[in-house]
Amino acid sequence: MSLAPTPSQTVGPFYGYALPFARGGDLAPTGHPDTITVHGHVYDGAGEPVPDALVEIWQPAPDGSRTGAPGSLRRDPVTGGIIGRDGVAFTGFGRVATDADGHYVLRTLPPGGAPYLSLIVFARGLLHHLCTRVYLPGRADPTADVLLASLSPGRRDTLLAAPDGGGAPGVLRFDIRLRYDGVHEETVFLAFH
Amino acid sequence: MTTLLTQGDISAEIADEREAYAARVAAGAPVENHPGRGYAPYRGSLLRHPERPLVAVHGDPEAVELSGPVFGVTDVTAFDHDLTRQHRGEPLGERVKVTGRVLDRDGRAVRGQLVEIWQANASGRYAHQRDDHPAPLDPHFTGVGRTLTGDDGEYEFVTVKPGAYPWRNHVGAWRPAHIHFSLFGTAFTQRLVTQMYFPGDPLFPYDPILQSVTDESARARLVAAYDHDLSVPEWALGYRWDIVLDGPSATWTEEGR
Repeated sequence: MSLAPTPSQTVGPFYGYALPFARGGDLAPTGHPDTITVHGHVYDGAGEPVPDALVEIWQPAPDGSRTGAPGSLRRDPVTGGIIGRDGVAFTGFGRVATDADGHYVLRTLPPGGAPYLSLIVFARGLLHHLCTRVYLPGRADPTADVLLASLSPGRRDTLLAAPDGGGAPGVLRFDIRLRYDGVHEETVFLAFH
Repeated sequence: MTTLLTQGDISAEIADEREAYAARVAAGAPVENHPGRGYAPYRGSLLRHPERPLVAVHGDPEAVELSGPVFGVTDVTAFDHDLTRQHRGEPLGERVKVTGRVLDRDGRAVRGQLVEIWQANASGRYAHQRDDHPAPLDPHFTGVGRTLTGDDGEYEFVTVKPGAYPWRNHVGAWRPAHIHFSLFGTAFTQRLVTQMYFPGDPLFPYDPILQSVTDESARARLVAAYDHDLSVPEWALGYRWDIVLDGPSATWTEEGR
């Protein structure tokens, strides 16, 4: 049996009071020594930052578990407000809106058993979200990973998070380019069949 | 020099896109269930979609995307599904119940998963600082809801019917009334953000966002059905909208296909 799927539609400009939640990008418990920071800008085809994009990630826990855990947007039953993750369960899910400068920041723990974070980007103007992967330096073998090995070096580089020159250890840069801007290679986006 | 785009210009482009799609299908191309990301009548799409085709990932049972996030009772409070009870008073507008099931393409219920909605108020205004449409805000309506699906994949929201509102795609652009939906399946590949429309809206043919789904039957799947049996006498009108998530899941892979 194969049911016809419900079509996608754009997230539009006004998701901001509905989807993002407090500390949505902070998957790592506060102060955890293994924390990695992944940050970057989302850019459009004119090379301009996209201030109304939403980034989500999904990843295995550090022990390799892929079951995830509830509690990403844990709520206060008294006020209905979001009190955030409890810092014990690793939920594997993060969600963060880009700021006015098109910038996003995620703080997480390295995934076990996979060299990458799965990332989805939504935006006003984007009728159907885009999927990509953030490969972590030192963990992915570009010649062994099936996806990375299938790409030309220039394309492959768009999937590799880069140590951020001026940053502290564990700070990685991953820009997302929705469309070729005449200078920078556009990010490789994925389809799953 | 900027030329003002009229509805006539956009409607002509919508007709061209539809014709081009019909020609593709007639030539043997597959049915397109989702909008093309570069859909010119929706001007906002032009700089925000990739030039290159997506890179296919298939046959990789280790792909992280075949699993996905989970949510639970800590993530949703008891009144989140009732958008008419989030303030001290009742919102203005036509009270509606929206219900349906979330399924995968094999018809299996998606159980215990998060469904999120957001919408304009009955006057067509979002509770968002950047919405400057001069329609009244409603102090008793925010327009955000969440719920977890039940054992049969069922969900239910109580809200008010959102109003249509103008936007700046072209001169005289109005969005038909709609509720934004965000859905998770059992796999990250099944993630879906979409919009639900109300049946019989006269704005449908003019709206490049709805029309970006060029396939007529696919487009019809974005429109809820009025269901008189769901309506509650003296209280609310009932709409039914079932949602089918696209994309492979871990279960699908385990079956070795």
